Amino acid sequence: MSTETLVPYDEALARYEPVLGIETHIELGTNSKMFCGCPTVFGAPPNTQVCPVCLGLPGALPVTNRAAIEGIIKIGLALNCSIVEWCRFARKNYFYPDMPKNFQISQYDEPLCVEGHLDVEVDGQSYRVEIERVHMEEDTGKSLHVGGTTGRIHGADHSLVDYNRAGIPLVEIVTKPIPATGDKAPLVARAYATELRELVRALGVSDVRMEEGSMRCDVNVSLMPIGSATWGTRSETKNVNSLRSVERSVRHEIERQAAVLDAGERVVQETRHFQEDTGTTTSGRSKEEAQDYRYFPEPDLVPMSPSRDWVEELRASLPELPAARRGRVRGEWGVTEKELQDIVNAGALDLIEETVQAGAEAAAARKWWMNELSRRATAQGVELTALPVTPADVVRVSRLVAEGTINDKLARQVLDGVLAGEGTPDEVVERRGLKVVSDEGELATIIDEVIAGNPDVAEKIRSGKVAAAGALVGAVMKATRGQADAGRARELIINKLTG
Amino acid sequence: MSAITRDEVVHLARLSRLALREDELDHLATQLDDIISAVARVQEVAAENIPPTSHALPLTNVLRADQVRPGLTPEQALSGAPAAEEQRFKVPRILDEEA
Repeated sequence: MSTETLVPYDEALARYEPVLGIETHIELGTNSKMFCGCPTVFGAPPNTQVCPVCLGLPGALPVTNRAAIEGIIKIGLALNCSIVEWCRFARKNYFYPDMPKNFQISQYDEPLCVEGHLDVEVDGQSYRVEIERVHMEEDTGKSLHVGGTTGRIHGADHSLVDYNRAGIPLVEIVTKPIPATGDKAPLVARAYATELRELVRALGVSDVRMEEGSMRCDVNVSLMPIGSATWGTRSETKNVNSLRSVERSVRHEIERQAAVLDAGERVVQETRHFQEDTGTTTSGRSKEEAQDYRYFPEPDLVPMSPSRDWVEELRASLPELPAARRGRVRGEWGVTEKELQDIVNAGALDLIEETVQAGAEAAAARKWWMNELSRRATAQGVELTALPVTPADVVRVSRLVAEGTINDKLARQVLDGVLAGEGTPDEVVERRGLKVVSDEGELATIIDEVIAGNPDVAEKIRSGKVAAAGALVGAVMKATRGQADAGRARELIINKLTG
Repeated sequence: MSAITRDEVVHLARLSRLALREDELDHLATQLDDIISAVARVQEVAAENIPPTSHALPLTNVLRADQVRPGLTPEQALSGAPAAEEQRFKVPRILDEEA
């Protein structure tokens, strides 16, 4: 495709109303696959987690994994869905080597969970995203395309397929069309994906890592002229693999489709592919008709009929869900919605909560995780949880500060030491000699030296310009490598020169 | 009544990745038509009080515990493949994009 024209975002939104729809695939973190006992470890060497069932060898029969069914029911319940009393798996037939059976076991017109919702918040406004269905299926294998020119079928081209992923339990969550989000559409899409990820993570049924593909979003966007009641034709952008890309892909589709409509043309209903590097989408194949998949009830699996007792047992086992937890934590910690959002985005919510539960003040726990450790994690390009520092370490650091053993500046050095593997906070304090200089005699000697070395400044203070003391305090802190109590040093300097 | 058209056979053949000759298309259209007519006779006895049957067994919820079981080695898995490379199944590239 040639370069496409775009309409500037604000201009597009002045004329058109976007309608969103999001389909999310989530791989469940079960030990074994959906229909066989193969392990599900991410990144295992190719074709080491396969068996006759997931390779589709003749005569092999699937048996459903109980933990996967429990996982999807929990997701359905957390999304306020009804769990149906009876449903079946269906065969989705298609000819592509990522499924060696030439079909995928999925669900078609009888999903396990229906009619739910998830509330998300953008800029202080709440949006209710209605959930159409949540259904169970199996993931496909991974193809590696080798040689040739992209987008062309060429004699020399071939694909190499690894079936480790084929048959991993996959949950698909489909929203109803999301109207009336206006210029917030990209943010609402992102907020939904974020909230869904948090929710599923809280349930403990998936690691929901978008970068590893255990959560993948397909984003549908259509535009209609403002005031119209008829929805436009949608495009579906596949495999959008980060929260940021969810937002960018919606934005781009609005700009692109507005240009198509402005030119008096029709939006083509098609699959598009998001390009991470440019933030644009490119045309993929035209979407096939559902009838081309020739769905029919899976004859190798019996129907599912989750008893009401089982469903209620699972409902009772749900943990505190993110929205409820955020409300509680906001009250307990006294933080604003924005501050809490920053904490969640930094992946610090669990860590701060554990730190507070282990005895630290909420403000201190927040300060160390958000201001110091989060910055270091970002600089190193790792998740906050991957830093070699524990909530217990942070509790100890904040206690050392509260006791006056160290100040904030030294505390940063203590954290550096812990991160560098120099031991516990106490060991780092000991080994690096980081205690605050509280020996008044020693401090007085250093102050005398500093005054002697800065006669001009000392004279200013003597003549009443107390503000000049800052320069001398700085010199004292430098001389003590930050180990003096700055407030006490200032007092001593002023007393000495004006007392 | 129902008649499978030649075009529908072409479409089905494409979905199934079957290369059919011209004469086979007409032949199969007739055959498919016969099959559908035969199966359609079920509709003559289907009534409101007879639910559609997809499974002969009166069972639901046949589930297994989430336990890992030994599978095949990569060598065994690839032993029946016409071609393999880098411990993966080697297949002709048939579409531009992931399904």
